[in-house]
Amino acid sequence: MKVEFKVNDRKHSIEIEPGELLVETLRRLGYKSVKHACDTASCGACSVQLDGNPVLSCRTFTAAVDGHEIKTVEAFSKEGELSAVQKALVEEGAVQCGFCIPALVVTAEALLNENPNPTEEEIKTYLNGNLCRCTGYVSQNHAIMKAAELRRNSASVPAGNQGELS
Amino acid sequence: MKVPDLGTTLTTSTKFKVVDTSVPKVDGYALVKGKTVFTDDFNIPNALVVKILRSPHAHAIIRFVDASEALALEGVVCVLTHKDVPRVAYTRAGQGYPEPSPYDTFVLDKKVRYVGDAVAIVAAETEEIANRALKLIKVEYEVLPAVLDYEHASDDGMPVIHDEPEISGAYDPSRNIASHYEMHIEDVDKELAKCDVVVEGTYYTPNPSHAMMEPHTAISYFDPNGRLTIISSTQVPYHVRRIIRHIFGVESRVIKPRIGGGFGGKQAIHVEAYVTAVTLKTGRPARCVYTREETMTATNTRHAMRFKVRVGASKDGKLRVIDMDGLSNTGAYGEHALTTFMVAGSKTLPLYNKVKAVRFKGDVVYTNIEPAGAFRGYGAPQSMFALDSALDELAYKLGMDPIDFKLKNSIREGETSPVFRMMGEGREGVEQIIQSCKIEECALAGAKLFNWYEKKKRPKVKGTKARGCGVAFAMQGSSIPAIDMGGATIKMNDDGTFNLMIGATDLGTGSDTILAQIAAEALHTTTDKFIVYSSDTDVTPFDKGAYASSTTYVSGNATKRAAERMAQEILKAASEIMDKPIEELHLEDGKVISESGHSITYSEIQTKLFYSFKQRQLEVTESFVSEVSPPPYMVSFAEVEIDLETGKVDVLNFLSYVDCGTPINPKLARGQVEGATVQGIGMVLYEEHVFDKNGRMVTNDFFTYKIPSRKDVKNIKVEFAKSYEPTGPFGAKSVSEIGLDTPAPAIANAIFDAVGIRVKKLPIKSEDIFFALKNMAKSL
Repeated sequence: MKVEFKVNDRKHSIEIEPGELLVETLRRLGYKSVKHACDTASCGACSVQLDGNPVLSCRTFTAAVDGHEIKTVEAFSKEGELSAVQKALVEEGAVQCGFCIPALVVTAEALLNENPNPTEEEIKTYLNGNLCRCTGYVSQNHAIMKAAELRRNSASVPAGNQGELS
Repeated sequence: MKVPDLGTTLTTSTKFKVVDTSVPKVDGYALVKGKTVFTDDFNIPNALVVKILRSPHAHAIIRFVDASEALALEGVVCVLTHKDVPRVAYTRAGQGYPEPSPYDTFVLDKKVRYVGDAVAIVAAETEEIANRALKLIKVEYEVLPAVLDYEHASDDGMPVIHDEPEISGAYDPSRNIASHYEMHIEDVDKELAKCDVVVEGTYYTPNPSHAMMEPHTAISYFDPNGRLTIISSTQVPYHVRRIIRHIFGVESRVIKPRIGGGFGGKQAIHVEAYVTAVTLKTGRPARCVYTREETMTATNTRHAMRFKVRVGASKDGKLRVIDMDGLSNTGAYGEHALTTFMVAGSKTLPLYNKVKAVRFKGDVVYTNIEPAGAFRGYGAPQSMFALDSALDELAYKLGMDPIDFKLKNSIREGETSPVFRMMGEGREGVEQIIQSCKIEECALAGAKLFNWYEKKKRPKVKGTKARGCGVAFAMQGSSIPAIDMGGATIKMNDDGTFNLMIGATDLGTGSDTILAQIAAEALHTTTDKFIVYSSDTDVTPFDKGAYASSTTYVSGNATKRAAERMAQEILKAASEIMDKPIEELHLEDGKVISESGHSITYSEIQTKLFYSFKQRQLEVTESFVSEVSPPPYMVSFAEVEIDLETGKVDVLNFLSYVDCGTPINPKLARGQVEGATVQGIGMVLYEEHVFDKNGRMVTNDFFTYKIPSRKDVKNIKVEFAKSYEPTGPFGAKSVSEIGLDTPAPAIANAIFDAVGIRVKKLPIKSEDIFFALKNMAKSL
C-alpha cells in the first residue's frame, strides 16, 4: 500500500508492506537515529514525535501515520546548531553511549513544549519510559532542567518553538 | 603488614589546564544529533541478514539437522550447521592471550548446552525470509538430563556438560568444574578460635543481565582488496581479530564504531563468528543484529555466586580473620570463569589488610544455563556484598559503628597486602605498595555530608514506614598489571591539530575524550585540537580493550607518554627552525616560545616540515604496560525507607565518596559512578532472571526483566576525594567499575538498620522483606 507523510518537514510518498511498523520504515528511509532496542515497546529508544506527541515507533503502524507529521531527533538541530536540550545533555555529561539519546531528545522536546517549567518529578514521570543503562538518569534530569531554564530565558527563541524548522 | 614509608611525595602541585576539567565529550555532538554511528546504522549494500537457530533444550545432542526445506525457500542463501564450520575449540572471553578461560566453545557444536545455544546459522536476503527459514529447519535432538542448580553441579552422578575431547584449560570437566582456586594466609581455624566475636553467613548474588541499550551487532564483508572486515559493537576489537584468526585461519580488520553500552557484555566474541562464517562461505556482506531476547538469553550474564563467609575479631575491634568459601556459576561455557572468581578475592581482600588470617577458595561450575561472563565489577560486587555485609554484622556485634570498624581495619597509603602478590587474574599477582588511598577522607567527609551520625540517632519507625542507614567500603583496581598493554599514536597536522590514534575502546564511557584531554595537557594545547580515531585494528595501535578498569590508567599512560614524546619532537623541530637551543624553548598554548620571546605555532612548524625545512612527518607511538594496579577506593552511604505493610524498599539517598585519583573529566567520572550506582540498585532490588523447570529463561525482555527506570532513582550524590596517584596519568586511577561494589552491601546494611533483618540473598524482594517482618512479629 501507499502512504504519504512528512518526516522533519520532508514529504515521503512510499510503498509499505501491510503491518509495517514505523521504526522499520523510518530506518529504511535513512532516519537511523530511531533505534531498535527492545522489541517489546518497553525501552523508549524508538520514540519519535507524531504531530508533536511522543510515540513509540516500534508500536506504531506506518499505515497509521498517513497524512501525519513525524519528527526525529534530526529536526531539532537546525543547520547543525544544537537545541537547548541537546546542548545541555552534552554539557552535563548526560550522553554516555548515546544509544537512548535521540529518543530522549525527541521526548524531552515534547515535554518542554507542553510544560516549559517542569519539576524534576515531572521530568521523571514524563520520561519514565525512556530507559538508559549508562547514566543512572541523574545527569540527564539535570540537563533537561537546565534546558528548560535556557529555553525560558532565551528571548530570541520563544518557548515551544525551539527546534521547529522554518 | 605496614611497610616503611617510601618517602614518596604525593604532589598535586601541578596546575592542570585541560585535565580535571569537564570538557564535552568529543563524540557528544554526533551522538546527541543521532548521527549514523552505531554498527546497525551502516548501510552495507547487498548484505545478507544472518539469524541464529537456537536450542529449545538445556542439554541435548544434535542427532540430525535437515535444512533442505529452508534452503529451498527463495532468498535463503545458506544454512550452516556444525558440519560447515571449523571444529576449533576456543573461548569467547576477550582477554589477554593466552586466556585463563577454558577453550570449551565451538562456533557450532553437535551438542547444545543451554536453551539458546546456537544450532545453525541462516543467511537470507531479508530478515523476514531468514526468520521463515529458521522455522523450516528440522532438528532431531537427543535430550539429555540437565544441570540447572549450580549448588549441585558437581554432585556425584550429575550429567557431564563438557565431555568433548577437545576441551582444554578446564579444571575438572568430568565433575562440571570449570575452574578452581584456593589461597590462604595463616590458619583461619586457629585464628578464629582466638577471636572474641565471630560472624558466619551464606550470601547469594544472582546473574543479572548487562541490559545495555544496543543489542549485540556485527557486520562482515570483504573490502575491495579482499580483506575481511568486521564492524562490531565490541569492547575488545583486537581480541576479536585474534580469535577470528584462531577459528577460521583468516586475517581480518576489526572496526569498533560507537557502541551502545557494554558493561562487560561485549568483552566476548558473540556475533562476529557467525557473520564471518557467512561471509567466508558466500563471499557476501553479512549483518547480524541480536534481538533483545537473544541479548538477554544467549550472550552472557553476571556469574551468580554463593559465599560462605566467616569473619572474626577481637574485642578491641581488630579484624583477625576473613574466610570466604565461594561457588560461582559460569553456566554452559567458562568464559571469564577463573578470573571473575579470583577478582572476587583480589579486589576485596586487600582492603582489609590488617587481618591476621585469610582464606579464599572455591569452585566455578558449569551448568546448563546461559553462560556468565564479564560484567562491570567482575566478581567484586558479588564478594563485596558478602564480605561487607559480614563485617557490618561483626561491627554491630562488637558494638562499634561500622565506619569506625571498617576504617580501623582498612588499608592506608604506604601499606600493602600480601594478597596483591598472591592473587592476580588467572595467575599470581604483583606486589604493590599503595601510593594513593583516601579512604579515611571518603569515610569521614562522606559521613558528615550524609549526616550519618544524626541519621543513625533518629527513630527508625514512623507510622507504617521504617528508615535506616548503611555504609559500605570498596576498592577495585586499575588494569591487570604485567598483562594489559595499550598503545597510542600521535600524528601532527599542518593546521596545528593532532590525530590521536588509540586502540582503546570507548563504549560510551568517554575514553576518547579523556585520552584527548591527557594528550592536550601534555602538549599544552586544547582538547578540540585532537581528532581521535579509536579501535580500528588496521589503523590504531594495539590496546587490550575496554575492561578491568584499565583504559584511563593504561591507555591514559600510553597516551601521556606519546604526547610527551611528541612534545620533545616539536621542541627539537622548533629548535632547528628557530636556531635556538632546546633548553631555551617551552611549549605554551599550541606554540613553541623562546626565552627571547619569539614564538612559532605548531601549525607553522608542521607546515615547514611538510614543504620546506628538514622535511618529515612528526608522528610517535608509545605503549604502556603497568607493573602495578592502583586501586580506587570508595565509601558509600545508603538511606532506605521500608514500607512495613508491603516490604517495599526505597533507596532515598545514596552518597558515594570516591578516591579515583585525579578525575580527568569530573562530569564523566561522576557519570560513571552514578550509572554504576543505579545498575547496583537494579541488582539489589529489581533484577532477577527466572528459569522454568527445563532451564528456559522466562525473563527475556524489558517487561519481565526490570531494570531501574527514571522514577526508581531518588537522590544520588557523588563526591571525589582529593587524591593523586603518582603512577597514573596526571594522577588518575580507574573509576568505571568500583561504583557497582557498594550498592548491595550498603542497602542491605541499611535494611538491617531499619528493621533488623539481615538480607543475605539478592535481589531483595518486597515479599522477602514482608515475610521476614511477619516472622519477626510472630517470634516476638
